[in-house]
Amino acid sequence: MTKAGPMKNYLSLLIAVIALPTLSLSGRVSAAPASPADASSLTGQVKFEGATPKQARIDMSADPICFKAHPAPVTTEDIVVGTDGSLANVVVYISEGLTSHNFEPPQQPAVFEQKGCQYKPHVLAMQANQKLDVVNSDETTHNIHPSPNNNREWNMTQPHGVPIEQTFAREEIAIPVKCNVHPWMRGYIAVFKHPYFSVTDKNGSFNLKDVPPGTYTITAWQEKLGTQTQKVTIGTGEAKTLSFTFKQ
Amino acid sequence: MRSSVRFSMSAAILISLLCSAAVIAQESHIGNLVGNAKSGKALYVRYCIFCHGPNGDGRGESAPYLDPKPRDFTKALFKCRSTPSGNLPLDSDLYDTITRGIHASGMPSWKPLLKQERVDLIAYIKTFSSAFQEEKPGPAMPIPPEPPNSPESVKRGAELFQSMNCWQCHGKDGRGHGPSAAALTDSQGNPITPFDFTSGRRFKCGESDSDMFRDLATGLDGTPMPSFATAMTADQRWDVVHYIRTLSNPKARASAKTDANAHGNE
Repeated sequence: MTKAGPMKNYLSLLIAVIALPTLSLSGRVSAAPASPADASSLTGQVKFEGATPKQARIDMSADPICFKAHPAPVTTEDIVVGTDGSLANVVVYISEGLTSHNFEPPQQPAVFEQKGCQYKPHVLAMQANQKLDVVNSDETTHNIHPSPNNNREWNMTQPHGVPIEQTFAREEIAIPVKCNVHPWMRGYIAVFKHPYFSVTDKNGSFNLKDVPPGTYTITAWQEKLGTQTQKVTIGTGEAKTLSFTFKQ
Repeated sequence: MRSSVRFSMSAAILISLLCSAAVIAQESHIGNLVGNAKSGKALYVRYCIFCHGPNGDGRGESAPYLDPKPRDFTKALFKCRSTPSGNLPLDSDLYDTITRGIHASGMPSWKPLLKQERVDLIAYIKTFSSAFQEEKPGPAMPIPPEPPNSPESVKRGAELFQSMNCWQCHGKDGRGHGPSAAALTDSQGNPITPFDFTSGRRFKCGESDSDMFRDLATGLDGTPMPSFATAMTADQRWDVVHYIRTLSNPKARASAKTDANAHGNE
């Protein structure tokens, strides 16, 4: 660590000379979206096996505005299981096998809404450097506070109707989001460097569109139940289906 | 086999050389002074290591006995900044913190050190996170001139204290026990209490009205205290500052003032 002198400068120069052309070669490969005819799709369902976990009641009485927004009791959304065992809010994505690594973020912003003092959606997936619009549809004031490990942490107060625009620069699955004013609020934002991800809806369904042909590792991530992976090979124009089953 | 050993050895040498280059490359600037990370390291080992730890991760030998916990420099997340929430601090922000100390914490004022030594320390502290090489801090947030403190301004501030939900943590009377206070943690998961405005204690990031205004603008990153930069106009933030000033007990204020003068900022 304490070594110094001309030798070191010479070496770092040498490294720079070697590294530069390599970097410029690997950088900026265009996203090359597969033409619709070649594009393959990967759809499927995520299920939960076993007794449906009971969700805790949320007491919102500390803020009358939140409290009044819910005529019926509100529960946590840690594990949301449908009547047929379908599991919502699972992020399904390509974790390995992509040959291209540079994808432009979509123009369309990702939207994360605070409504009824809960996050809508509970789990949001977006691309790195995609614009994130944070919306407060409640009459009360929230603060939106993500706690990332691989991105910069920020924490902004948001009264009703005031727009907040942010973004995340690096991939991270997934960033917990909280509101310190309303401690029961919890959501997640999954950030990807590629566009091949999907969050299961209330039917447990996911849909990865326009996947280029290839062999991939597909990962399903659930906030409490962890991750599962499967290998899949998709041919040109092929429509594959996959299913995942989580247990507690 | 032998060649692979030779390769890994030369790789190790390269990596260590690169690391030393990184340490030396990290600089800090305060006025005309340029900080040197190598000199800063020697000072760090002498003065800072017991709390902030040899790796700068806040796990020094004294850390278990401290509340709040020492800053984890590897996260590059700092409470007292002039830059927007989510940004790195300016060198001058770190310099001000080292000079002032953080009241009601284990962090004393390091004003007894020479200016150059404090600047050297900043250069070394910045080597604990690669963020200082990858990102540039945003510009300092503007602090416009303070409008006169008036009963109207205080009244507007009181309304904002309500509508901005400050009271949810700081409490309706500013004592720091609002309904959400008990659930608060810092970004490392340690419990943290909202500031008690009635205590008359000095604020963590400086005592003046403009320090308070800046805290409202930037938020205290790594804590539950958010930025109100988009939530309130500058005039509204001044109103809140004026209102918060009324929350503390006048007697406590007077003694806090003499305390502040005794340790005074530079």
